Amino acid sequence: MNPGSQAVRAAGGPIRLRLQVNGHRREVDCFPMARLLDVLREGLGLTGTKEGCGEGECGACAVLLDGVLVQSCLVPAVQAQEASVETIEGLRGPGGLHPLQEAFLEAGGTQCGICTPGMVLAALALLREEPDPDEAAIRAALAGNLCRCTGYVRIVDAVARAAARLASGGPPS
Amino acid sequence: MGPTCVGQGVPRKEGEAKVAGRAAYVDDLRLPGMLHGVTVRSTAARGRILAVGFGDGIPWDELVVVTARDVPGVNHVTLLDTDQPCLADGVVNHWDEPVVLLAHADRHLLEEARRRVHVEVEPLPAVLTIEDSLECRTVVWGKDNVFADYRVERGDPDGARRAAVHVVVGVYRTGAQEQLYIETQGVIAVPEPEGGISVHGSMQCPYYVQKALGPILGLPPERVRVVQTVTGGGFGGKEEYPSMIAAHAALLARKARRPVKLVYDREEDIQATTKRHPSRTWHRTAVDAEGRLLAMEVDFVIDGGAYKTLSPVVLSRGLIHSTGPYRCENVRLRGRAVATSAPPHGAFRGFGAPQSIFAVERHLDRVARDLGLDPVELRRRNFLHRGDRTAVGQEVREEPDMEGLMEKALEESDYRARRVACRRARERPGETVRRGVGLAAFYHGSGFTGSGEVHLASVASLECGPEGRVEVQASSTEIGQGTSTILAQITAGALGVDYRLVEVAPPDTDRVPDSGPTVASRTCMVVGRLVERCAGQALEVLRAEGLLPGGGHDDAQFVEACRVWCARHGPLRTHARYEPPPGIRWDPERFQGDAYGAYSWAVYVARVAVDTLTWETRVEDLVAVQEVGRAVHPLLAAGQVEGGVAQGVGFALYEKVVWRGGRVANARMTDYVMPTSEDAPPIRVHFVERPYAHGPSGAKGLGELPMDGPAPAIIAAVEDATGAALDSVPLLPEDLMVAMEGVIESR
Ligand code: FES
Ligand code: FES
Repeated sequence: MNPGSQAVRAAGGPIRLRLQVNGHRREVDCFPMARLLDVLREGLGLTGTKEGCGEGECGACAVLLDGVLVQSCLVPAVQAQEASVETIEGLRGPGGLHPLQEAFLEAGGTQCGICTPGMVLAALALLREEPDPDEAAIRAALAGNLCRCTGYVRIVDAVARAAARLASGGPPS
Repeated sequence: MGPTCVGQGVPRKEGEAKVAGRAAYVDDLRLPGMLHGVTVRSTAARGRILAVGFGDGIPWDELVVVTARDVPGVNHVTLLDTDQPCLADGVVNHWDEPVVLLAHADRHLLEEARRRVHVEVEPLPAVLTIEDSLECRTVVWGKDNVFADYRVERGDPDGARRAAVHVVVGVYRTGAQEQLYIETQGVIAVPEPEGGISVHGSMQCPYYVQKALGPILGLPPERVRVVQTVTGGGFGGKEEYPSMIAAHAALLARKARRPVKLVYDREEDIQATTKRHPSRTWHRTAVDAEGRLLAMEVDFVIDGGAYKTLSPVVLSRGLIHSTGPYRCENVRLRGRAVATSAPPHGAFRGFGAPQSIFAVERHLDRVARDLGLDPVELRRRNFLHRGDRTAVGQEVREEPDMEGLMEKALEESDYRARRVACRRARERPGETVRRGVGLAAFYHGSGFTGSGEVHLASVASLECGPEGRVEVQASSTEIGQGTSTILAQITAGALGVDYRLVEVAPPDTDRVPDSGPTVASRTCMVVGRLVERCAGQALEVLRAEGLLPGGGHDDAQFVEACRVWCARHGPLRTHARYEPPPGIRWDPERFQGDAYGAYSWAVYVARVAVDTLTWETRVEDLVAVQEVGRAVHPLLAAGQVEGGVAQGVGFALYEKVVWRGGRVANARMTDYVMPTSEDAPPIRVHFVERPYAHGPSGAKGLGELPMDGPAPAIIAAVEDATGAALDSVPLLPEDLMVAMEGVIESR
């Protein structure tokens, strides 16, 4: 498990972490250097955020921290103090699923699914910045998220579809 | 929807749970009282274990510690052989071989503990390459380091060679490749009453795990329950290794009398689990003046690593595919799987075929070059046709129409015009980017090799409940490729009911029959056919009882028929066992006969751009044309091709396992680089549909095929762009630089 246990514990005793998760206030006790990934998965039971590498390479653990896309395996818990975190569990849309999630389903953007939550969050961050991205922009925005199953073709397609749908129905929530 | 549902883009069965983040992978599960487990591994390629030391500062009495001495049954993981220990005992035969297992509730303490266990090894000489292994100066396995040695001979290759106009010789190599599923390997083992065990985990083949665990734990199969959890990719990497990790978790759980979760981190997964076999292939080919193949001789060698595992089976598939989709009456093939001191190599999408197809396709390009013949033309003159025989003497019963597939691929890629344009551009002075195009023609056998399917004798079953709900029961796993969706589609199609009435049971050895492993592109074609037959029987039964009209029905009639049947007799169950298509025969002794029930056929074209300053290669376009019978779900099928192609791009240009003294030196995603969304090319997929008479709704196998073509097509394109003679993958920028500029003197 990364980082080494000593590093986590040497940096001081447990703290009470107060943060907004998907719009709800949450409190959890953890070590300040614990990974945000573990706080979400183990402390808060939000297992939709995945671990693929633990070293910032795969993007499976991506979440939005104060609106910014981060790899939660690299974020120490203390950095999320009083911050707002968005994870896959917080995404909603008119029909239940968020338009991005719907587009991933329809376009075939999910196969084994382990990369999907991180991909969806990376795409969400992109569409908030750039509601009408071209293929190169989509590919660039997803370059920090690895997918071993799809060859990316249908993920890129899903993001483009979602962008089109959101453009006709208002900004992404 | 009903009968027309095959061929349509119905929603993935488990898709919604996945996009919502609700799908529960093994690491997402937590059981009451659960401990975590870790593995202490060997720190030498080969040697004698002198001592195992437990360092200070750890409350060892709080930990569960398991060594080889704690194995209640046999200490080996049964596969083809029994040479691989579950836990090393006395000797180690590769780096990162499991020696000691630890469990504790606190993951952080556990990690510290792992670091304090010291396995002292007295080194013995190791064997690090195929050449070393064949030389046999150090014997690391058996008498001669050879796991398997197969020979095939047809016609008179010596006579044909002597009469030939040209004889072309070449040697080609492929490297190890990591499967790199994004979910690492992991299981949870739970002790059950009276010494039984259940295992939940990420895997392709639940019955393999059950078969391996019984002897290790000294339990009959019915006391070992194996349940597949949502699996984040497999690609062959979760074919045999889950038996190992499941055994480890089970040993810990038995000793702890508590559930134990064992999940690898990325580094451990890359270092300790299987990879694609490295290969070396020698070709000697005799051709006449028109480029017709007179004789093909092949010597194909794969590096199996330290234990036999599945290597002989990988070898046989590789060898059978080693002459490609070409006609040649005189062949001599030899294939060997040899032992080295690397961690065992194993299944990876394509299973030996990507290695041997890379070699034969590169070699044919070399033959074309030597003859001054266009590579397209050379292939056209030699393709297999209906009635021809393959290298192992199998008569081709379908009409492959490789010419048609090739023409389609050339058209779609604008190959001819591009080839000319690339050549012109290269002649322009001052161009630093050079472009080239290349192609590969290939086929891939669906299902187990030879009599494999007959031996497996797979069974699938179907259950119709009172509300007309249909459950498909098979051990075939959903690992992202769409098993749950296509088996439901095939069943719904055969029953003539709505897809939504059909669900596929989660693979659980207590609940589903053994429909064989989820490997070898067999799920759709072989298991799909079984469930189709189950559905047919269910209809017959309902019709015979007078509950359904003979000439077709709607969903309401079907539901009503099920209701009445269930009220009279209980749930309606049918099952089907594998039967080979008529006339299929395989002679394992002579390596002759019908190696596969059916083949899928393909031609891929790649276009690349090579930057001559950095020697980086980008694939700018990849056209993939294939005939796979009928595509049951065109969207999922295209997704399979695209995913396979991206892995093939990685195999060709990005993914290099760096070995240092037998250990993987780049066991992180930072150093072992797979294609990102910016590296993967646009992939243009075309299916030519030609229904196969013995596949469900006409389908054949698909999953592995797309892994075979990209590497030879891409390297041919790089050769076209640069003029360098390229005969191995992966081809990283530094490799291309060496090929172009010669060895750079170190400063
Ligand atoms: S787990 Fe965080 S980037 Fe891979
Ligand atoms: S869907 Fe499997 S890794 Fe992306």
